[in-house]
Amino acid sequence: MQGIFPLFTAIPLAAAFFNLLITKVNRKVADYLAFFTMTALGTMAVLMLFEQPFVYKVGGWEAPWGILLVFDRLTAIMLLIINVIGWLATVYSLKYMSTYTAKAKYYSLFLLMIGGMNGVVITGDMFNLFVFLEIASIASYALVGFGCGKDELEASFKYLILGGIASTGILFGIAFLYSVTGTLNMPHMARQLEAVGMNKAVLFAVALFIMGFGLKASSVPFHAWLPDAHPSAPAPISAMLSGVLIKALGVYTIIRIMFNVFGQNHLISSVIMFLGALSMVMAGLMAIGQSDFKRMLAYSSISQIGYVMLAVGLALNPSIPSKVAALAMFGALYHLVNHAVFKSLLFLDSGAVEYRTGTRDLNKLGGLITRMPVTGATCSIGSLSIAGLPPFNGFWSKLVIVIALMQAHYIVYGGLAIFISFITLVYFVKLQKNTVFGDLPDRLKAIKEAPFAMTFPLVILAILCIALGVAYPFFQHQLVSAASTVLDKLTFMNLVVGG
Amino acid sequence: MIPYWLLYFLTLVIFVLGLYCLVAKKNIIKKIIGVVITEYSINLFLVLIGYRKGGIAPILLKDISEQQMAEKGVDPLPQALVLTSIVIGLGVLALMVSMVLRLYEKYKTFDMSEINDLKG
Repeated sequence: MQGIFPLFTAIPLAAAFFNLLITKVNRKVADYLAFFTMTALGTMAVLMLFEQPFVYKVGGWEAPWGILLVFDRLTAIMLLIINVIGWLATVYSLKYMSTYTAKAKYYSLFLLMIGGMNGVVITGDMFNLFVFLEIASIASYALVGFGCGKDELEASFKYLILGGIASTGILFGIAFLYSVTGTLNMPHMARQLEAVGMNKAVLFAVALFIMGFGLKASSVPFHAWLPDAHPSAPAPISAMLSGVLIKALGVYTIIRIMFNVFGQNHLISSVIMFLGALSMVMAGLMAIGQSDFKRMLAYSSISQIGYVMLAVGLALNPSIPSKVAALAMFGALYHLVNHAVFKSLLFLDSGAVEYRTGTRDLNKLGGLITRMPVTGATCSIGSLSIAGLPPFNGFWSKLVIVIALMQAHYIVYGGLAIFISFITLVYFVKLQKNTVFGDLPDRLKAIKEAPFAMTFPLVILAILCIALGVAYPFFQHQLVSAASTVLDKLTFMNLVVGG
Repeated sequence: MIPYWLLYFLTLVIFVLGLYCLVAKKNIIKKIIGVVITEYSINLFLVLIGYRKGGIAPILLKDISEQQMAEKGVDPLPQALVLTSIVIGLGVLALMVSMVLRLYEKYKTFDMSEINDLKG
């Protein structure tokens, strides 16, 4: 199994390239190629769950010189999210994207994005991370503007400029760390930094990383692009961006670099906690006033990522007991997985609604449960999960985060988390009332349920929403071992440096 | 001879100039130029990290011993990084310019303050 590890990036990149060549001859192939590529990747990601942590040396070069690919439990979870949600989005695209032209180019960009994200989560090398981050980002800029309408282009351009600055900042930070440590390899860098300590250059690099990765994760002072960009993209891409991209490029990189390279630190902890709480509150309050289906979901994404960041920041605090830190990290990863599931479900629902009714305006919708039962029911399940009602997954992860905050005596942050959970319920009730329930407008009397290729991913994701909440003991082990891998800086270092 | 710190300081000045251009200019072409300037300042910074006074090219020729190489050779890694970073920058630049062309087709203007249909 170790031999297939680099294929997680190689397969999608190669498929993206050949897709464009083959579709010059036959246009129909694009669907099958994308579907089979993503099926293979999804299967591989599931199989990787049963692997032990290992290090893959690219080209056989030894550690400080060559590029390393590192596999541990955190990587396993991220690979699972990216490839399984990616597979569902591909199934959804088979039908949905027929409303757009240039389907083959869409699949190529989609596969490039998947390849870039897989690269980000498997690499153990700073510069390699930057390169894959740029591959995924560039593909996502193009995908946001894929519709080529006025709004799409404007959103895409804003995202492009801000994303470009974020990437520049990240590269600047990497340059600083390289000049301090003389290596780009993350485990070696961590060991060098232990000797150097937190001097000014390192702190500046930390600030640049928080700016860069914070923008990719859209935490609040850097969030301005997201409410434009995510609604403008085609629905499966919105699902991928909100469900996966901001996690793989933003949250995962913050977790990996802050924990495994810099280590726990009071200052970083308080900054990340503050940013998390700020995005949680601000975006949650702003979501209430939205009247666009996808725009509301986009604000809700910022708010939910705030929860994850808050928990990550708490786990970064070195002075809290290690049990509480482990609980916080577990809560963060659990909420990360849950958010990937229900936010992609809700965005795909919004796409199904738009596909049949032609509008996303909440004031023009209503009563869809009578005409589109599957879409309506899955949308309700997704909303209840994200609002944190008991049997569903969102409740448990938010509960874990709040308990961890209270145990660490962050009463204010804990209270805010509960309050925003209530606010989330408020705007999702509004969403439900205006789309799924309520009166059906006359204009929409004749609509039908979305086609099977679109309802199938919805049903799978809705089942996952319930399963992740109810059948929690079955996968608890995966999440707990991932959380302990993250917290133990030494296991990551020893994987590579060896003792 | 220019002191070291001045060179580093100048890259920072270029970086800040690029940021200023990005924030203050309304024309989207100028904004793109701002992004490119910040990218180049980082590239210069990377090259400076690998530089050493009186250094030689990091190529192991026959008349240079490994000892001399370790003492005098400049660090080749940042140069490789800069090459990669320039190529990535080119990709982003191409995308930005094509996006601007499409924007101009739709809005008939290069002024960012007039391209504001979205609230966000």
